[in-house]
Amino acid sequence: MRGASQGWRAGLIGLAFCFVPPALATEVRIATFEAVGDAIPAPLDGLAGDSTRGQKLVRDRETGNCLICHQAPVANEPFQGDLAPSLAGVGGRLSVGQLRLRLVDQSKLNPATLMPAYHRVDGLTRVAARYRNRPVFSAQEIEDVVAWLATLKE
Amino acid sequence: MRSALLALVVLMAGAIAATAETRTSARELLPPELQAQQADDDANPGMLWVTSGQQLWSMPAGANAKSCSECHGDATTSMRGIAARYPAIDAKSGRLMNLEQRINNCRTANMAAAALPYEGEDLLALTAYVAHQSRGLPVSVRIDNAAAPHFEAGRRFYFERQGQLNVSCSQCHDDNVGRRLRGDRISSGLPTAWPAYRLDWQKMGSLHRRLRACSLGVRAEQLDFGSPEYVNLELYLAGRADGHLVETPGLRK
Ligand code: HEC
Ligand code: HEC
Repeated sequence: MRGASQGWRAGLIGLAFCFVPPALATEVRIATFEAVGDAIPAPLDGLAGDSTRGQKLVRDRETGNCLICHQAPVANEPFQGDLAPSLAGVGGRLSVGQLRLRLVDQSKLNPATLMPAYHRVDGLTRVAARYRNRPVFSAQEIEDVVAWLATLKE
Repeated sequence: MRSALLALVVLMAGAIAATAETRTSARELLPPELQAQQADDDANPGMLWVTSGQQLWSMPAGANAKSCSECHGDATTSMRGIAARYPAIDAKSGRLMNLEQRINNCRTANMAAAALPYEGEDLLALTAYVAHQSRGLPVSVRIDNAAAPHFEAGRRFYFERQGQLNVSCSQCHDDNVGRRLRGDRISSGLPTAWPAYRLDWQKMGSLHRRLRACSLGVRAEQLDFGSPEYVNLELYLAGRADGHLVETPGLRK
């Protein structure tokens, strides 16, 4: 596994930032984490996730918007994408730590992946001003989504 | 019978991975009734812009009170095949120009008229009218000599991951053609239908407006209408669409 021996902390350490427009200048920090194999075993910042909030983030078109690419067993979502593996049963296939790494930065496992990194700000190009230097998800939001994904056992 | 055949074509288009030889127009992925509507000039809403462009063609404008037709005559002959060769290098300035910019260049340089605002009704109408004269003809742009660096810049832009979501044009329009992004089926991203009428907009829009929507989709900077980056990208898209037939005015979701 590519990241295993390096334990890549990859410089993803708490960033202060400059170019976010004042209205959006919320403090969104990148959590420090350590990968072991293809997983991040410890919760980011030691936070506990809330699966109800997690499901909302997965559906929300302005934030996670996961269903633009994935299908998932949620009611009242007629338009789900099919660019990616279905999330049905993903909580049975993958451990919580494996889910966490795939959300934080899937490109660590597959550099050519289509899946966006949800908790990363470095190495991106031409990001629109309102999103610049902000990860898609905060550490808390990563934990919330991981908590919901872990409930998808079948 | 006809609709069964269309349905089959749609299914096949989804199953075949796009290669240089088999790129898929978004038209082929539309529901059969929308494909039929695009093909029917009496039902295609984009034809309203084409008709208004036809009127503007012979309307005098600017200090010299000249019209397009005074220099170019009957557009159905003089403009046939032109759009299929754009964007192109302007010999005088050495600049790469798309059709909108060429039209505005004629206005400012030859008619002493003000440039029409990009995405305004008049420029959309004139561009649609001129492009419509190439409907059914194969795209064939020059990508050599002075155009080569522009094509290369466009190619680089197309393959570069961008935006907060870090996705390249190619990851959608080469790797995932026929698949579903929410409710949309992804095409090969050909520029051949534009300007096109988009149901989502309830009006005609330029190719650059479509590109701005794709940029926003990956949370990347939306570049200005007519920006050099988008014109270079437009040249790359046209070069990549070599041999595909012009559709203007397209009908899109
Ligand atoms: C732009 C497309 C896209 C978006 C948006 C996206 N994903 Fe993915 N995802 C993928 C692809 C493609 C894969 C397959 C792995 C790969 O290609 O590297 C994947 C893989 C995964 C996996 C591993 C699945 C498995 O069976 O191994 C999980 C879990 C996952 N995504 C969750 C999410 C969640 C949750 C979100 C939203 C917060 C999301 N994805 C948003 C494209 C996407
Ligand atoms: C995350 C997916 C995605 C990305 C990335 C993306 N697009 Fe698109 N694009 C779409 C969808 C969906 C449509 C509407 C359906 C279709 O025509 O493919 C579309 C439409 C288009 C069209 C109109 C095609 C037609 O016939 O109407 C063009 C041209 C285009 N895209 C070019 C680009 C370029 C250039 C880029 C990069 C700057 C890009 N796209 C990035 C998803 C994407």
